[in-house]
Amino acid sequence: MSATSGRLYGRKGWVVLGVFAFILFAIFPVLSLKISPDSPLHLSQYWVTLIGKIMCYAIVAIAMDLAWGYGGILSLGHGLFFALGGYSMGMYLMRQIGREGQYQSDLPDFMVFLDWKEFPWQWWNTDQFWWAALLVVLVPGLLALVFGFFAFRSRVKGVYFSIITQALTFAAMLLFFRNATGFGGNNGFTDFKRILGLPITTPETRMVLFVCTGFFLIGTLLLGRWIVTSKFGRVLAAIRDAETRVAFCGYNTVHYKLAIFTLSAVICGIAGALYVPQVGIINPSEMSPANSIEIAIWVAVGGRGTLGGAIVGAGLVNYAKSFFTQVFPEYWLYALGLIFILVTLFLPQGVMGFFNRKNK
Amino acid sequence: MTAGAIPAKEGGSFSHVATAGLDATHGVVLYLEDISVSFDGFRALNKLSLSIDVGELRCVIGPNGAGKTTMMDVVTGKTRPDEGSAFFGQTIDLTRMSEAEIAHAGIGRKFQKPTIFEQHSVFENLELSMKADKRVRRTLFSVLSSSEKDSIAETLRLIRLNDSADRVAGLLSHGQKQWLEIGMLLMQEPRLLLLDEPVAGMSDEETERTGELFVSLAGRHSLVVVEHDMAFIEKIARKVTVLHEGSVLAEGPMAQVQNDPKVIEVYLGR
Repeated sequence: MSATSGRLYGRKGWVVLGVFAFILFAIFPVLSLKISPDSPLHLSQYWVTLIGKIMCYAIVAIAMDLAWGYGGILSLGHGLFFALGGYSMGMYLMRQIGREGQYQSDLPDFMVFLDWKEFPWQWWNTDQFWWAALLVVLVPGLLALVFGFFAFRSRVKGVYFSIITQALTFAAMLLFFRNATGFGGNNGFTDFKRILGLPITTPETRMVLFVCTGFFLIGTLLLGRWIVTSKFGRVLAAIRDAETRVAFCGYNTVHYKLAIFTLSAVICGIAGALYVPQVGIINPSEMSPANSIEIAIWVAVGGRGTLGGAIVGAGLVNYAKSFFTQVFPEYWLYALGLIFILVTLFLPQGVMGFFNRKNK
Repeated sequence: MTAGAIPAKEGGSFSHVATAGLDATHGVVLYLEDISVSFDGFRALNKLSLSIDVGELRCVIGPNGAGKTTMMDVVTGKTRPDEGSAFFGQTIDLTRMSEAEIAHAGIGRKFQKPTIFEQHSVFENLELSMKADKRVRRTLFSVLSSSEKDSIAETLRLIRLNDSADRVAGLLSHGQKQWLEIGMLLMQEPRLLLLDEPVAGMSDEETERTGELFVSLAGRHSLVVVEHDMAFIEKIARKVTVLHEGSVLAEGPMAQVQNDPKVIEVYLGR
């Protein structure tokens, strides 16, 4: 692992990225929309959704790598930021259902069921896409900013920080389980019909969402690369390795950690907002502590402090997850634990570290 | 040290770059007066008073537990004194400032153990330590100017690491790491350098070169060197301060201090 990344990705890396972009933006749309469903080359809705979902996870993994791999901030509450972005988008999607719900009311079904007569304050203006989009960024961002400010200012570090972020996401999950919170309780939001007026389940809409996710994934990767190769990135890596020394150099380390933590949370929020319309459901289980730990495992498997490794890790672990949960559903958590132990023992630098070592 | 002879503005002329706000009008860069620090009833410093002149190279010696490291902790803001005052120049009250603010004001400190950024290259270590706008946004968009590159190159030559600029700092020898850390301090263009056992673990040749480096820095910077290695002190020392049980036992030229019966009793004689 090289923390100092003037040399992050040589020519080879750009070629891989180019091929990846070509497959995402040219080949997949053609295979999904232009090839007849009877052909073996056809890309089914199952795969479009699965890959789209994994790309959302990969975005989260890059955000995690920025905070953990570079900044040394092991947040085990990133699932919360993802879910908050998802809920913000979910509110808009619920409003887009209009009167087509079970009860033919302007209110979402769960509100009718609870005998509510009007939207609670949290839902103000959520029928406007721009407002929902703003919430997607602001809610996770402000939460991370405020929470991070108090944690970093009090010099909460390492495992203590990890534990309080776990507590944060767990507390939020309990809050969202309550019907009174106004977000559908344990059922969350589902049965979406439209996004921006377009029917949400057609192959065309799905492909648009898929391509948007792909653009955002590559954008996040390039943004991350720009950040970690800047002087800011070198300061960040120095904070990870020797924070006190960085403070003696005259840097206010709290500001740096806060900046990367907040940016990381915002990226997670946007990933959540892209995830919900593709998967079609958001509920408080996304905030479970285990989900956030899984995010850290993706990054550890792929290789910390490489950005590309985060994508590889998210892809490998989630592909394995979707395989296991179909074939041996009960054993997935054991398999995940085993993967984590094996990687820690034999690939401490993750998959990317293994390839980098081979190249040298 | 003629009082008030130099106008405040020219206080900066002692160093090649002036530090904003440092008023060394009276030719004194650091004043410690009646500083006391206790840890759980143990008096680490006991009414310690000390002053360092601009451009001076001062050596501080004393047996273990004499309070040498605690004194540096007070100056750098790591430890707050229970009583007493600590001023940087005439006006900057160090007891009210954070560690980062003190570093920014122009006091650099080298620790006993070299603490460098092991995963960064030698060049990057110097780049990160360089005096610059250290706020987040400025750092994100910062690009090295040619004068900044020159100043890094000059420091690399001074610490004799110009051939290792691109090496990962963790791979340097112990002595080279110590030099790199001194170089990192120099990049901050400090008015006052605190050096805690700078030649510990160095080979004889490295020790020799380090001595030359310090002597060449004195005048441009003020240096306080805490060291156990008496041979090294004898070579570089002009004025020596002996600490014992948290206060100053003796102060003066090396030859005078060495012959002071109090000093011989507590330190040199053993």
